[in-house]
Amino acid sequence: MKISLGLAGLSAAIAAVPVISALIAPLLESKEEKWRTVGKVTDFAAGTTTLVTFINADPEPYAGITAKSAAWLRRNNQTDFIAFAANCTHLGCPVRWEKDAHLFMCPCHGGVYYANGTVAAGPPPKPLTRYEVRVFKDEVQIKTAPLPITNISASRSV
Amino acid sequence: MNILKKIWKWIDDRSGFSESILPVITHPVPPRAKWSYVFGSATLFCFLLQVITGIALSLLYQPSSKEAYQSLEFITNQAKFGNVLRGIHYFGASAMIILVGLHMVRTYITASYKFPREMNWISGVFLLIFTIFMGFTGQLLRWDSNGVWSSVVAAQQLGRVPFVGKYLARLLLGGNTIGGQTLSRFYSYHVFIVPAFIFVFVAFHLFLVIRNGISEPPKAGRLIDPKTYRRWYQEMLKQKGVPFWPDAAWRDIIVSALIIISIIILAAVFGAPALTTPPDPSMVQTSPNPDWYMVPFFALFALMPHKIESVAMLLGPLITIILLFSIPFISHKGERSPLKRPWAMFGVICVFVFVISLLVIGIEASWSPNFNTKPLPLTAIKATNPDSTVIRGVHLFYAKGCQYCHTINHYGGKAGPNLTTVGNRLSVQELKIRIVNGGKNMPSFGGILSGEELDRIVAFLATQK
Repeated sequence: MKISLGLAGLSAAIAAVPVISALIAPLLESKEEKWRTVGKVTDFAAGTTTLVTFINADPEPYAGITAKSAAWLRRNNQTDFIAFAANCTHLGCPVRWEKDAHLFMCPCHGGVYYANGTVAAGPPPKPLTRYEVRVFKDEVQIKTAPLPITNISASRSV
Repeated sequence: MNILKKIWKWIDDRSGFSESILPVITHPVPPRAKWSYVFGSATLFCFLLQVITGIALSLLYQPSSKEAYQSLEFITNQAKFGNVLRGIHYFGASAMIILVGLHMVRTYITASYKFPREMNWISGVFLLIFTIFMGFTGQLLRWDSNGVWSSVVAAQQLGRVPFVGKYLARLLLGGNTIGGQTLSRFYSYHVFIVPAFIFVFVAFHLFLVIRNGISEPPKAGRLIDPKTYRRWYQEMLKQKGVPFWPDAAWRDIIVSALIIISIIILAAVFGAPALTTPPDPSMVQTSPNPDWYMVPFFALFALMPHKIESVAMLLGPLITIILLFSIPFISHKGERSPLKRPWAMFGVICVFVFVISLLVIGIEASWSPNFNTKPLPLTAIKATNPDSTVIRGVHLFYAKGCQYCHTINHYGGKAGPNLTTVGNRLSVQELKIRIVNGGKNMPSFGGILSGEELDRIVAFLATQK
């Protein structure tokens, strides 16, 4: 009897390996982040904030338009670029730049940020997340990154 | 005829149908269990409707991040009865959420969760959680911009779990970002994983209903004593019990049929919820809105004190679930009549008021900037003969985004105070201080407005009296 139960357990365990692997697949893969060109330096005037879109690192061939991400690219002066994630740090909704009001606003729960990404009003627990950005051969490039997830400790740092 | 009868007799004999099923459907139930006892079966029939329409939808749907949206456009606009089919699935989901809620409230009001039916309640709480999860993942499978942002919002919430939050969020989305795996995973949750659990728990729930019997309508002063209850219940059934079919079941069937007919009428009249823009995560000009049954949660996130929110987002659902599970352990004997349990009834009313208010204010969503506000016309302001400074102030009030949050004479948003008569409340100096420094929930505009712009806006606001 022990042998039969043991054998049954073994068969279940072996079958479970690929099943669990599929279940936790997103944790197993490690994707190398990539620099993506979002435009020429001359495309962005100093003092402006512009929406740029780029393709995530190594998307699945069947991802279609869901492979895209957006960032708000701010050019402070000749050399200084900042790229803000378009996701509100509250619950991830897409913030929009209101260029006359000089504020980022979130449609979901009324989060508002200043031009430098710091919180101006509403529930966001921390400033807008930033992407790495660089100028490479006259092109502005953004480094892809995971979707910014606010963790619980963010609320304490306010 | 005779041959048919013979065939049936043979099938019945060899399959044991009458022998095993008939006692179940004709088992005795307490008398006078009337209309308030129909919600559970109505939920079950709605669930079956969801299963059937869900299978039909799966014949037309493409569970792929890339193509789901196109397939939904096809179902909605081209497939024969496709829009009605989607509509039935949508209104069926809504009905299921309402009926699960009513069933639970009825069970609580009549204290049917007390001995020996604690496990009925516990399996029911599991089914409630599964139903809400199905509702959430279902609206997401619509895979328009709402679907994409719903999954981001869910990932953000999971992200608040200490230590492992980031990994849970990644598991939910099927990767570091929204992508090809996201919809496949939600499809699997909605179509295979959670329904499998629901089938198991519904079977268990029904088995317990048969095993422990339907609770008799409570009577004030008739207390539950775990030592004697089971014997008393069996005696009562022997003396006064009526067969479930047909004496009690006809009400269940009438109500369920009426509800299903209503769902189909609603679907035929109103159709399915409209698709919003395509699921492009880089398109930010969109205002994500959950389906109505998720709105109370959504509203809670806007109204909670911001400081405690990250903690509350985690502990709130956890405490609610623990509380629901512990109800039959907090009190499992004694009085069942709602008349003798005033605090329990008070609690039910509080929960009702709480959820309905959250739903109402959540639909209004006054905390969100009103991006659709139209420029304030000069006819809507108080000043009858405005000078050029005031007129420029009116234009700036719109251009600088003030109007997204502040209303003047029905133009504007509701996140901030209504400024129609602000000139009566604040002096020119006070207006300036408030605008430059900001306020409790208002950005400081000191670094945004030039001195001239500030003067113009203030000149305009001062005339609003």
